[in-house]
Amino acid sequence: MSTTVPSTQQIEVEETIKRIQTHKGVHGFVIVSNDGSFVRSTIDNSTTMSLTGLIRTLSDKAKSCVRDLDPQNDLTFFRIRTKKQEILVAPDKDYLTIVLQANEQH
Amino acid sequence: MPTRGGLEKKPTQAVVNGSVPAQRRTSQLPRNSIMGNFRDDEQDFGNMPELSDEALRPIRPDDQLKLTEAELNEEHTRILTTRNPQAAENIVRYSYKDRMYKPIPHIDQLAIHFQLDGNLILRDSDEGRRQIARDGGEYSIDDDEEEEEDIQTTVTATEIDEDAAAKEGDEDEEEKSQKPSATVSRTKKLTNQFNFSERASQTYNNPCRDRETFVEQTPRATFSDNVSQWAIFDAYNEDYDLQQKAKEKEQKKTLTKKDEEKKKKFVAVDLSGDDMAKYARSKAASVSLKIIERMINQNTFDEIAQDFKYWEDAADEYREQEGSLLPLWNFQYDLTKKLSCTHLTWNSQYSDMFAVAFGSYDFLKQAHGIILIFSLKNPSFPEYIYQTESGVMCLDFHHTHSNLLCCGFYDGSVAVYNVADDTKRPKYQSSARNGKHTDPVWQVRWQKDDLDANFNFYSVSSDGRVVCWTIVKSDLMYHDIVQLKLEQPVEEPEEAVPLTTLGCGTCFDFNKQQDYLFIVGTEEGKIHKCSKSYNNQFLDTFDAHHMAVYAVRWNCFHPKIFISCSADWTVKIWDINYKIPLFVYDLGSAVGDVAWAPYSSTVFAACTADGKIFVFDLNVNKYEALTEQIVVQKKRTKLTHIAFNQKHPVLLAGDDRGNVTSLKLSPNLRKKPKVKKGQDINEGPEAESVKLDKILALIRDPDDAKSKAVPSQQQIGTTPLSATS
Repeated sequence: MSTTVPSTQQIEVEETIKRIQTHKGVHGFVIVSNDGSFVRSTIDNSTTMSLTGLIRTLSDKAKSCVRDLDPQNDLTFFRIRTKKQEILVAPDKDYLTIVLQANEQH
Repeated sequence: MPTRGGLEKKPTQAVVNGSVPAQRRTSQLPRNSIMGNFRDDEQDFGNMPELSDEALRPIRPDDQLKLTEAELNEEHTRILTTRNPQAAENIVRYSYKDRMYKPIPHIDQLAIHFQLDGNLILRDSDEGRRQIARDGGEYSIDDDEEEEEDIQTTVTATEIDEDAAAKEGDEDEEEKSQKPSATVSRTKKLTNQFNFSERASQTYNNPCRDRETFVEQTPRATFSDNVSQWAIFDAYNEDYDLQQKAKEKEQKKTLTKKDEEKKKKFVAVDLSGDDMAKYARSKAASVSLKIIERMINQNTFDEIAQDFKYWEDAADEYREQEGSLLPLWNFQYDLTKKLSCTHLTWNSQYSDMFAVAFGSYDFLKQAHGIILIFSLKNPSFPEYIYQTESGVMCLDFHHTHSNLLCCGFYDGSVAVYNVADDTKRPKYQSSARNGKHTDPVWQVRWQKDDLDANFNFYSVSSDGRVVCWTIVKSDLMYHDIVQLKLEQPVEEPEEAVPLTTLGCGTCFDFNKQQDYLFIVGTEEGKIHKCSKSYNNQFLDTFDAHHMAVYAVRWNCFHPKIFISCSADWTVKIWDINYKIPLFVYDLGSAVGDVAWAPYSSTVFAACTADGKIFVFDLNVNKYEALTEQIVVQKKRTKLTHIAFNQKHPVLLAGDDRGNVTSLKLSPNLRKKPKVKKGQDINEGPEAESVKLDKILALIRDPDDAKSKAVPSQQQIGTTPLSATS
């Protein structure tokens, strides 16, 4: 319970999350912190757990690869396009944001 | 004893010592002596000689060889040789010299029947002496003993055996007494065979017992980590940052101590909250969230993004005089649906960011206003939103500090926003005391920093004033530049007090090359050429239009040419030195805005109230538009403003329903003049102005060639100079 008034940044972040969740084609939206606790998830628990575990290992590997090539560089974003959907991942220092979006049908 | 009996002795009889004489064996007897007695019959013992002693009678064994007499009398010669019958006779050795097996010439015939190695050593030999020395002169002492014994025995030899035992005991004693002295020098211990005993003793062994204790195990956890180049880099960076902070703290220790404490208190309170709150507070997280949103949008509007980047209308190759506009994204926002777009401007630094001002042109329906700042990367939601009380009529980004946005309102005030700030309040705002306009501000424009390096911008309003606002130490100071006085009627009633009425300024623009020179358009349809230095007078006035001038723009490259559009359905191109417009275009509906293209001096676009956009290229077609296209979705939507992007071939069009449409210019609209082979490719402002001059030269009235030729020649001659000045 926070008695402080939420800052403008907090409000913006909440609004952005809301927009993302209601955006066309977005199936699921997960935010996980680095120590494994879920901040937000719109998918059922078991799927979320498996998804985050697997994506985290991949994200760490990708990040390690990028930084090994140049330590001053860092990974900002990557996508996995599959047959059924597209998984967008934005790793961060403390958090991992994952979005599942449906592929655009031409 | 008879000799015969002796001769006939059996071979099996044992030889007894002493009294019984050795009896010779039957085989040793001469033959003839027995042959005469025996016959061939096996069991014939008849012709046996008479024997007195039955024991001496020869018994024939059963398996004795039976031979005839003749055979018995045969003489067999036996030769004894030194030849060994067991030795091999044909040993061969391989001879390498002859390359064949050759028999050994001489074969060893020696046969050893028995061999025994003895271990007796001659006492006087080397080895013998060595051993004697090693044994510690044992033998020598023995010799002494023996000598003593001999002495004693010789001494006692004369005595009778009675004393022999006693002597022997003495001898024994002496021997024994000699022994202890001898054993000292002897290395080898002689053990007495009779009463020698070895005694060993063992200490008491304490019984051993095992005792164990178990301790409660300290809790353990496995820790593993990976080290890589970037992990090391990060660690060093953190360390460096901490060091820097420590240095800074030392420097600012005394001054800001109290402030820091206060800040710390605030921070402590903020840290409480659930995971979501923490996430929301994390700046890095919001950045990644933003990226995600943009990527989602890119996915959704994938086709448009591809078009924006790569689409070039192929049909343009077949139609030289025509071009087209491809609609890209459409920018909307809920709260602006009832407002009209009053201004569009691109950001100077970020080529994908633009600001839109929303307000209302309707005099009666005045409501609040909104400023939205969009990015092309996220077409579905604006990046920044600012709500204002009064409608926003115009805005402008600062050319170098692109976070500063100045805007003018319908109620006459101006404000400066800092986009980088989190707050949604303007940084500076003019008030009624502060020189606020009394009528809507129609246009604002940033200027270069003045001599004191203060930011300043200009505004023009319907109250007839062009005002320069300067930001001096967080204050907004104003300064009237020009008052748009109406022309006085020639005849004045003598009694009346001459009033100077002011015209209503609607737009203005500053010359790109000569900053002090600017033109102002008015509601009366006049365009005034003014200078920042002269307050009271215009340098020149053009009777441009019949109705209000909505926009005036200097050409981006040519310093003398400007364009104006008006509600009287016309667009006119002017040369600053001439009162008569060079080109006039009638577009069929009130023209809301006109803009020169930033990439060419001959291309411009205009938008009209019937939702069309016209794009002209003077180089291609001086009289007709290359493109005339409806870009609005619903009918009866007026287009109010357009703006070209500096970098990309994109045009923005705002309408009165709160939408902003982006359009891509087809290749025909972006043409650069063909360069003849051999000529140097002259790109840049100079070339553009030269290009324009050529066109202008063509359309000059040949009748006025004399009067205008000189100035035009001067113009052409001086163009390169003025362009560089």
